[in-house]
Amino acid sequence: MSNPQQLRYSKEHEWLSAAEEGVSTVGITEHAANALGDVVYVQLPEVGSTVTAGESCGELESTKSVSDLYAPVHGEIVEINEDVVSDPSLVNSAPFEGGWLFKVKISDEPAELLSADEYAAFITG
Amino acid sequence: MTDAPRRTALDATHRALGATMTDFAGWDMPLRYGSERDEHVAVRTRAGLFDLSHMGEITVTGPQAADLLDFALVGNIGGVKTGRARYTMICNAEGGILDDLIVYRLADQEYMVVANASNAQVVLDALTARGSGFDAEVRDDRDAYALLAVQGPESPGILKKLTDADLDGLKYYAGLPGTVAGVEALIARTGYTGEDGFELFVRPADAVALWEALTEAGKDVGLVPCGLSCRDTLRLEAGMPLYGHELTTATTPFDAGLGRVVKFEKTANNGDFVGRAALEVAAERAEAAPPRKLVGLIAQGRRVPRAGYPVVSADGTVIGEVTSGAPSPTLGKPIAIAYVDAAYATPGTEGVHVDIRGSHEPYEVIALPFYKRQK
Repeated sequence: MSNPQQLRYSKEHEWLSAAEEGVSTVGITEHAANALGDVVYVQLPEVGSTVTAGESCGELESTKSVSDLYAPVHGEIVEINEDVVSDPSLVNSAPFEGGWLFKVKISDEPAELLSADEYAAFITG
Repeated sequence: MTDAPRRTALDATHRALGATMTDFAGWDMPLRYGSERDEHVAVRTRAGLFDLSHMGEITVTGPQAADLLDFALVGNIGGVKTGRARYTMICNAEGGILDDLIVYRLADQEYMVVANASNAQVVLDALTARGSGFDAEVRDDRDAYALLAVQGPESPGILKKLTDADLDGLKYYAGLPGTVAGVEALIARTGYTGEDGFELFVRPADAVALWEALTEAGKDVGLVPCGLSCRDTLRLEAGMPLYGHELTTATTPFDAGLGRVVKFEKTANNGDFVGRAALEVAAERAEAAPPRKLVGLIAQGRRVPRAGYPVVSADGTVIGEVTSGAPSPTLGKPIAIAYVDAAYATPGTEGVHVDIRGSHEPYEVIALPFYKRQK
C-alpha cells in the first residue's frame, strides 16, 4: 500500500491534508482501515465542535472491535462526511478519498505529525 | 505461556492468499483473507473454505470406550450409532462446563472427541483421569489431523466433484471414512455456521493438496477462503454458543439453555457420570426459578454490542450481560447473545437496552437463533 506523499500522518493512524485557507481534511490510513477490518459504524464529531490533538473525537466500529478516532490537530470541525456515515464501508474501499471523515479549521497543530515516509517507517516498526 | 503460536499445515497457503493472521488459543490462524463480510455472505449464499486445524482431536478406543465417555461426558455416548456424531459437553463435578464437544463414533470401539483448541488440554487431561478405571485408551491425536471445512449451500456439489462417497446418504451429524481428491478423509456433515456443510479430517501432510483441490472444484460456484472472523458472525447468527462466551465453568448446560444435552437416563455405569448430582440440582433450578436466560438481542440503532457490555432496563438497572455481539451481515443490524434476568427474557419484552460505553441503546429481545436456513 502507498501513503500519499502530499498528506501528513499521526501516530494514531489519521491522515491530514495540506491546509487550504486553514482547513484540512482528515481520515484514517489504509493501514488502519486494513487493521480494523470491515468498518460498520462511524461516529464523527459534530460540526461546530472543538477537537483537541491526540484526544478522542469519535469512534469507528468494525466486526471485531471498536476504536477511538483521534483528532490529529487542535481546531473546529467545519464539515463531516455524511456519505461515510451512511456507508461506512467507504473507509475500507477508499480511505484516502471517498472515505474521508471530517474537515477541521486548524487552530494549532502538534509538532509530531509525520511525513508519508516517516509514517511508512513507523508502521513497519 | 510465551511460546510462539503454532502454525497449521496450511500456514504457507494462508500467507500466499494474503490472510490477516491472528493468535487464537495458541495458534496462528487466518482471521480473514479480504472482507469478512464478503466471506460471511459467501457461506450463506454459496460456499466457504475454512482451515480449522486448531481444533483438538482426542481418540478413545477399546472395549469400554463407550462406558468411559458415558462416565466422563454428560451425553448418552453409548447410544450413538457407528457413523454418527453427537454434540455434547464435559462438565466438572460442580456441573460447570469444561468444554462443548462433538463426538464421532468411528467404529464400535472407537470414538473421536473434538474439543475447542483453547480447552483441548483440559479435555484430554479430564478424559485421561476419568478413564483410569476403564478398559479403554485415551489418545492425544491433535497432531494427527488437519481439519478443513466446506460450508454453504454449494458445498455438497463441490464435494461431489471430488469424492465417490455417498454424500446424499450422509445425514447432518454423521461421518464416514472416504477419499476426497485422492486423500483419505473422515467426511463429516457438521459445522458451525448454520449452513449445510462438511468437515474433513485429514492427515496434515495431505492438507495443502486437499485445500487446492477444493479451491479448484469450488471456483465456478464462488467458493472463497474464509477466516475465523466470519466463522464467529456465522455461528452468532445461528445462535450457536462459543466456549468462553456463552459457556464457561461458571455455567451449567441448563443455565445456557442446553439442558437437553444432559442425559440423566443413560444406563452405563449405573447412570453415574461426572457432575450428575450438581446437574440434577441445576435442572430443577432452571425449571423452577431460572436466575437468567440466554436470549438474542437485535439493535434498533447501529452501535455494536460487545462481550461484557451490561444489559440494562429502562431505568438503567443492570439486568444482564452481553456474551457475544457483532454486526450481523444477514440482518444488516448489530446483534448480541446475552444472559438476561428471567423477567426480561420473553421475546418482545419492552425497555431492554445495552449499555454501549455509557449510552443506553434500545434492543429487541428475541428467541435464538437470529438466522435459520431454509431447508
